[in-house]
Amino acid sequence: MELSLATRSVSDHVVLEIGGEIDVYTAPRLRERLIELVGAGEKQVVVDLGRVDFLDSTGLGVLVGAHRRLRASDGALSLVCPHERLLKIFRITGLDSVFEIHRSVEDATTGGSAKTARTGA
Amino acid sequence: MNNTPAQMSTVHVAFSPDPAYVRTVRLVAAAVARRAGISDEVLDEVRLAIGEACTRAVALHRRHGLTDLISVTMSDGGRFTVRVTDRGPAESAGKEPGETTGDIMAQVAAESGRLAVDEDVLTAGVGLALLTGLVADLAVSAASDGIGTEIRMSWPVSRRSAH
Repeated sequence: MELSLATRSVSDHVVLEIGGEIDVYTAPRLRERLIELVGAGEKQVVVDLGRVDFLDSTGLGVLVGAHRRLRASDGALSLVCPHERLLKIFRITGLDSVFEIHRSVEDATTGGSAKTARTGA
Repeated sequence: MNNTPAQMSTVHVAFSPDPAYVRTVRLVAAAVARRAGISDEVLDEVRLAIGEACTRAVALHRRHGLTDLISVTMSDGGRFTVRVTDRGPAESAGKEPGETTGDIMAQVAAESGRLAVDEDVLTAGVGLALLTGLVADLAVSAASDGIGTEIRMSWPVSRRSAH
């Protein structure tokens, strides 16, 4: 599956939901989309990797680039990544210490991890 | 030991340095790796590592305007061995992948949030970090004919009995 990109607003955040494979071929499209969001004045960007099947160094480079651009404009990029196979990639590269990584979009948009009780209800 | 040598089979793919084909190679590599007996848990890592080696080669060829084919050879003989060979100037030959990676990752950690590193340079560093982190048996050397660089990786196979 190739790349799919969809945005939605959650409170004062914009959530970019990515599906498919982020690699050297598809990463430029992701880069463009993120640059558009920053250019449009978005400050709180949440990148949801929940439906990503594959992520390589090119994708990580794009995410770091977006992180840097947002920080430069007093914004913030956070990631949602519930999959161990992707988390491992962040750990191996040391980028887990660069990004704020959440388990769910709800965690990312509420700025904490306390409001996930709904799953157990 | 009546350990008859495993019959070695080889799949060779050569592709133009176009990013679109890296995915094609990953798909082929995953199929060959599975057939070679790579376990499902390791398959994702094998796919990622081969993709990273190909991505690095494509970037190198494009940086130098080379249209030569990039070669990927997968052999199944005791271990699953993959060789990715570019035809570019040997800019990484003889250099441990970890050197560049360490430098760049240190910078990433130090500047967290205020990254001054160029995105392409960062990607290359992250790619090498992934390769060194994912592949226990990794070797980077000059290609056998002296032109280009070969990245050789191998993984153990958990061969099931043939049926």
